[in-house]
Amino acid sequence: MTPLSAIADALVRLRGMPQPADVPVDPAAGTVVLGARRVAAGALDWEPPVAGTVYGALLNFRGALAALGDAVHAPPYKAPPRAPVLYIKPANTLTAHGAPIPVPEDAPELEMGATLGVVIGRTACRVEAREALAHVAGYTVANDVSVPHADYYRPSVPSKCRDGFCPIGPWVVAASRVADPGALAIRVYVDGELRQANTTANLIRPIARLIADVTEFMTLSPGDVLLVGVPEGAPRARAGQRVAVEVEGVGRLENPLVPERELLPGARA
Amino acid sequence: MRRARVACSGGVHEAVADGEGLRLADGRRVREDEVVWLPPFTPRTIIALGLNYAEHAKELAFGAQAEPLVFLKGPNALVGHRGVTRRPADATFMHYECELAVVIGKPARRVARARAYDHVAGYTVANDYAIRDYLENWYRPNLRVKNRDGCTAIGPWLVDRDDVPDPMRLALRTTVNGKVKQQGNTRDMVHDIPTLIAWLSGFMTLGAGDVILTGTPEGVADVKPGDEVVAEIEGIGRLLNTIADDAAFGRAGPGGSAA
Repeated sequence: MTPLSAIADALVRLRGMPQPADVPVDPAAGTVVLGARRVAAGALDWEPPVAGTVYGALLNFRGALAALGDAVHAPPYKAPPRAPVLYIKPANTLTAHGAPIPVPEDAPELEMGATLGVVIGRTACRVEAREALAHVAGYTVANDVSVPHADYYRPSVPSKCRDGFCPIGPWVVAASRVADPGALAIRVYVDGELRQANTTANLIRPIARLIADVTEFMTLSPGDVLLVGVPEGAPRARAGQRVAVEVEGVGRLENPLVPERELLPGARA
Repeated sequence: MRRARVACSGGVHEAVADGEGLRLADGRRVREDEVVWLPPFTPRTIIALGLNYAEHAKELAFGAQAEPLVFLKGPNALVGHRGVTRRPADATFMHYECELAVVIGKPARRVARARAYDHVAGYTVANDYAIRDYLENWYRPNLRVKNRDGCTAIGPWLVDRDDVPDPMRLALRTTVNGKVKQQGNTRDMVHDIPTLIAWLSGFMTLGAGDVILTGTPEGVADVKPGDEVVAEIEGIGRLLNTIADDAAFGRAGPGGSAA
């Protein structure tokens, strides 16, 4: 496995670029330095900056678990989660900054799952919490899109794994550029309107603890991504709207929602 | 053709079955016990079915599902033929699951049942272990049960689709230390292969290298360190796996945690 741990500024992957580049970015301004020019992220054609397996942690925000109330003790759950509850956003879901999120005909309204993505730099197997962050190459922004579903008993593959349901990027900011990943503001805007605000300070398992508890039973490899959790009150959006997920100091990930039928191969012919 | 990926003589090779042994792509002939068997293809998305045999669902006290119950796994879970799988010291019920694995060969999106096999590259055998002690009722079966390192043995061969005239009529069986523990037939699947490909490709595009583990029949039983478990499917292959304890993995103490 090639270690990813040596990002200096940010890992950037643009369409047509044979290799990812390590270049300075300004997460607050949404700009990237290419050659001698400072370019707005919105003016470029992006690829997802990661190619490993993307795992997510369910109900890792205190408010998200609290929102379930006493239901966590009732059937079918019978008890709150003990170990991290994980899921996978498979390869078909990954899509880039600026790419359309397909809105299926059977689900006109989608949930926007704003989250921080922890990008693994070194093979992490049975890592202790105090050493966990040394295995992180950097951080990215993800939108864990779902068809709204209230039931967490079964893995919701048909709700979470549709094509294009995991925008990720625009880039991976070097871990060294993020002073405290446990205190980052997360905001979601739909058509420019602030619809959600939270912070990674509200994680039940902070990032280092999460990596330790996950790698106790499964190895994370360089390039794999661990989504730290989606805050409660995920906003919904429809075709024709634009969603932006912002993680302070990491980036702003923006995508339009487009009816799936308009994106089918040949649909515009 | 039966194809394998193996490591030997300092390299990773593609190989094909050759009598009792293998022939590497570069022409060398090797015995099956002088290579390290890797998963026979490079996996992309790993999709697994739960409760896809009616009798097995009954055994676990579930009714058969109206909609297929699917979950996903990461590449960390896979281990090849003749591999070793860890049983944590605190587990009280760890069982094998012999499953027919269907490997996708070309992209499939909204594929009709009648065209489903066009998208299949071939078949292999999987033994998808579960440790029931770690089951929780959140996204069940949760990854701590089903996505543990090395808990999904797969192989030995990827058998070309056209060499398997009817994948829905294959005998499956699992032996532990030579004793038959699990027997079934793929004809007893609740959702057959064309239905699964049609249903999955209806909401997600399947790609080359994606694999569908189609579920296991009844007859699961606990396995212990030292046990030799053979999952076998008629015409596809015979997949050997050995169970090892925490000590073999450098772990000590209750819960298998060194910390």
